[in-house]
Amino acid sequence: MIAAGARSEAAARLLVVGADGRIRHRRGSDLVRQVRSGDLVVANDAATIPASLAARHVRSGCTVEIRLAAWASPDDPAAFVALVFGEGDHRTRTEDRALPPPVRPNDVLTVGPLRATVLDLLGSPRLIRLRFSVSGAALWAAFARHGRPIQYAHVPDPLGLGDVWTPLAARPFAFEPPSAGFALGWRALSALRACGVGVATLTHAAGVSSTGDPDLDRRLPLDEPYVIPSQTAAAIAAVRSRGGRVVAIGTTVVRALEAASTGDGVVSAGAGVATGRVTAATAINVVDAVLTGVHQPGESHFELLRAFADATVLQHMSTALEAGGYRSHEFGDVVLIERQGRCAPADHDATTGREPVPA
Amino acid sequence: MSHTDTIGGARIAVTGGTAGLGRALVGQFKEAGASVALVARTATEVERVAKETGAVGIVADVGRADDVHPIALQVTGGLGGLDVLINNASDLGPVPLAPLADTTDAAFEAALAVSLLGPFRLTKALLGALAGSAREGRGGLVINISSDAATSAYAGWGAYSASKAALRHMSAIWDEEMSESGVRFLSIDPGDMDTALHAAALPDADRTALRHPAEAAREVIAAIVDAWPRAATVPVEVDG
Repeated sequence: MIAAGARSEAAARLLVVGADGRIRHRRGSDLVRQVRSGDLVVANDAATIPASLAARHVRSGCTVEIRLAAWASPDDPAAFVALVFGEGDHRTRTEDRALPPPVRPNDVLTVGPLRATVLDLLGSPRLIRLRFSVSGAALWAAFARHGRPIQYAHVPDPLGLGDVWTPLAARPFAFEPPSAGFALGWRALSALRACGVGVATLTHAAGVSSTGDPDLDRRLPLDEPYVIPSQTAAAIAAVRSRGGRVVAIGTTVVRALEAASTGDGVVSAGAGVATGRVTAATAINVVDAVLTGVHQPGESHFELLRAFADATVLQHMSTALEAGGYRSHEFGDVVLIERQGRCAPADHDATTGREPVPA
Repeated sequence: MSHTDTIGGARIAVTGGTAGLGRALVGQFKEAGASVALVARTATEVERVAKETGAVGIVADVGRADDVHPIALQVTGGLGGLDVLINNASDLGPVPLAPLADTTDAAFEAALAVSLLGPFRLTKALLGALAGSAREGRGGLVINISSDAATSAYAGWGAYSASKAALRHMSAIWDEEMSESGVRFLSIDPGDMDTALHAAALPDADRTALRHPAEAAREVIAAIVDAWPRAATVPVEVDG
């Protein structure tokens, strides 16, 4: 697979894995043809926090990068789980970044005029919990001034906030972009509505996708708070009662909806925290299909797909992605996987009923 | 329905919020119980008005592209979302006023950057929040502050007029395109007010003939309240 280098051609290609395991190659713009009247598309409208902060470790005097990774608690708006890196910058692959100077509880880190106190280490010299001395508007102002989005070694040009906010981004809650949402522009939303497809959102705090440390990566995803509006919960109930499908735009939507669901597929509105991984052993109660980026086996995003399709189908998918030169990573191509066991989808144009022209 | 019923609890952002109409709107929104964020360039003025009103103060220049997402971050982070965006900040163009033939490129571009490109970019950056507000039945309204110069040709007002005419038409296009997402756009002409901008344009004007910004602000809020629950039936242009 090819690492994507820019978002300008985001979601240019779409690989569809049907409930019968059949694989089809499509254009990204054909997403609208893969859903049917009566389906509900659910997207994550979290905007991305400028989570990479150039900081000073006061005790050692060293410059470090704080990379906010997750909220430490849904009830504490100033406390975060964070990665700390030593020398270097994003042009060095995360896994090759130097360790920070030894960090201890109660150490102070400064970001411009902002102070943060280390609460504790989380089983690694580079994973900590910290709390800033301010919260609310003062904290957002400091992040706006001193933070920038988490950067990627495979994207050479600096990414600004405008590059990492999806079209539906509504409020800063995620630490990396819920990138499947890049496929859902306003034109696509309009086309979906015209086809009788519902559009709903939830807000899920997508955390970092990689720590640079294999042991830490196995702990991903970290606990991620979410909020599901009552309108979204009601729309899901209505769609399910009609036999329509729930299509999740991104793995974070799967995590939130399944965390908020009961065994019979009813989704509770309100705030919650998604914990643990979705794996092959996870019963999927709500989501019928998921749109996601191109990921590698072992990554938590990929492992989540095992709840939707068996190993053979996923192997076929990976082979097709490799052979087709699909672009991986945050700004690359996308895959739509329907949960196996659902009735096989016809390639369907809800407007005309015609079979679309292949890519 | 009273203003407080509608505006109380709403999350509102006002650009150009430290002077004139913007300052009056910030104060009246806060009095009605809204959560308000104001944007302006001068840190001391932002701090002063934020302190006076309890609004979230954001120091930024809407005319700078690089400032737009940091503004959106602070607005939606500080307020937890956004129900109403008021694009009020304007740039007069050359001061003193000048005929187009004597207007420098830089002065013309500055007027467009603040009065047209800024609202375009900021609206785009906040569209996800506004559409989210609409989906949750909270609002989803953009007010673009216009002028009679948007529709009448006054000699000497070329840069300002061109920016306001374009903003007015852009409001109408936005409204067409976003109505299905529940986000509505109003272009409002508040009339000639006794403001620093007016004084810069016409220093010899009879100030007693001008409206007080607080009076214009009350009318803008009345238009918002009128548009709020029945936004789909409200025409795009509201006379000031």
